[in-house]
Amino acid sequence: MKLTLKVWRQKNAQDKGHFDTFKVEAHEHMSFLEMMDVLNESLIAEGKEPVAFEHDCREGICGTCNMVINGRPHGPMQGTTTCQIHMRHYNDGDTIVIEPWRAKAFPVIKDLVVDRTAFDRIIQSGGYISINTGQAQDANAIPIEKDTAARAMDAAECIGCGACVAACPNASAMLFTSAKVSHLALMPQGRVEHSRRVQAMIKQMDEEGFGMCSNVGACEAECPKEISIDNIARMNRSYVASVLASEKAV
Amino acid sequence: MGISIIINSFVQLQTNDLITVFMNWFFNFLTSSIGRKVIMSLTGIFLMLFLIVHLAGNLQLLIPDEGEKFNLYAKMMTTNPIIKVIAYGNYFFILLHAVQGILLWSKNRSARRTRYAVATGASSSFASRNMGWLGVVIFVFILVHMGQFWFKMKFGDLPSVNYGQYADGVKDLYTPVAYAFKQWYFVTFYVISMVVIAFHLNHGFQSAFQTLGLNHRKYTPTIKVVGSIYSILVPLGFAIIPIFFFFFR
Repeated sequence: MKLTLKVWRQKNAQDKGHFDTFKVEAHEHMSFLEMMDVLNESLIAEGKEPVAFEHDCREGICGTCNMVINGRPHGPMQGTTTCQIHMRHYNDGDTIVIEPWRAKAFPVIKDLVVDRTAFDRIIQSGGYISINTGQAQDANAIPIEKDTAARAMDAAECIGCGACVAACPNASAMLFTSAKVSHLALMPQGRVEHSRRVQAMIKQMDEEGFGMCSNVGACEAECPKEISIDNIARMNRSYVASVLASEKAV
Repeated sequence: MGISIIINSFVQLQTNDLITVFMNWFFNFLTSSIGRKVIMSLTGIFLMLFLIVHLAGNLQLLIPDEGEKFNLYAKMMTTNPIIKVIAYGNYFFILLHAVQGILLWSKNRSARRTRYAVATGASSSFASRNMGWLGVVIFVFILVHMGQFWFKMKFGDLPSVNYGQYADGVKDLYTPVAYAFKQWYFVTFYVISMVVIAFHLNHGFQSAFQTLGLNHRKYTPTIKVVGSIYSILVPLGFAIIPIFFFFFR
């Protein structure tokens, strides 16, 4: 199948950037990233600069294969990362526009690669639990109801790719932050520091320059792990409760 | 002398305490991303309740009594002290909602400097993506609306009508309202504004609950249905009045 790709090229964060158009000969059994590999092989063979894109596990769990494909983060399929899309979902002669995540808090490093360390700083501000080191406790020592465990697991599925920020018209990081707050808040081990955590993580999130949530819901629709905005509501009420009730401000 | 020093230092201490302890955390809360949203949500809920009361008042225009009930109601609304206090709160909340909305809007726009070349909008509703623009239209409507009716009632020189309850009669607001509702351009403007408000409310209603964290598997589906019904019925109720006047009165 013959495809036309319009790919965003940008040397660095300072560069203005532009679209380059390429013709690619792909096979329907290829994954989307393999198609990108074919493009880069041909660019290298021609002595040109290959398109920089991030990738690691190629099995949908690392959260690095981030591209906005025809206006949708991670492409057209529900609950699927870019690496799990196959070219059989496209037709011969299609034009595909590929852009990086666009957010002030995610500056472009090169082409399709953006700097997502803002997420790391949000995690560092409180996305952990403090426990004593030593012998690990028996996993079943604290009983946890199945439904609760499942909800915590649903939130913990977040791979931190940033598709929520990319999809949100406000470039808000609420879905990511709320998933991280929720998966810990639902567990007895995480509940201990919940009040402090929610304030600290939101403070950091605000400092990073993400936009504010206006309950659009595009994040939930485009999330490759289908994280629910129920988590945002949980974080909202936890934050208000924490600010009003806790004796110490963060 | 000594007492005044004690009082002074006490006042000083209180003020400092307020600034350092109370104001600090509370100010931080109100200016945090979620705090700003909570302000939008609470003012929005107040304004949604106000719309119901306002509609109940307006529907009296439909009573075929040459505006007696409506004019008496308008008199009560401008003289009752409790209503007056609520009215000033209402003006304040409209402005707070608008100013906060503009702040959110500009902050959210600056969070994405480069826009996408391909914008699908497939994964979200029209209203949710355009609350700012819808809000601007509503604000213009409110200004025109207040200039036309509210200002006339409060400061204008309206003729009086006497229904017997008040010695010097009541201002006849009914006549200018009935006149405005006979002008096709005003009726069109009014009805279009109501459609815009419907979209704004449709997103705003359920969004207000989500922002406060009032999201629950049992109640959220009901909130969404009630929100949809509210956002259709209330603007429709307002829109019916000028349409009725234009065609049938």
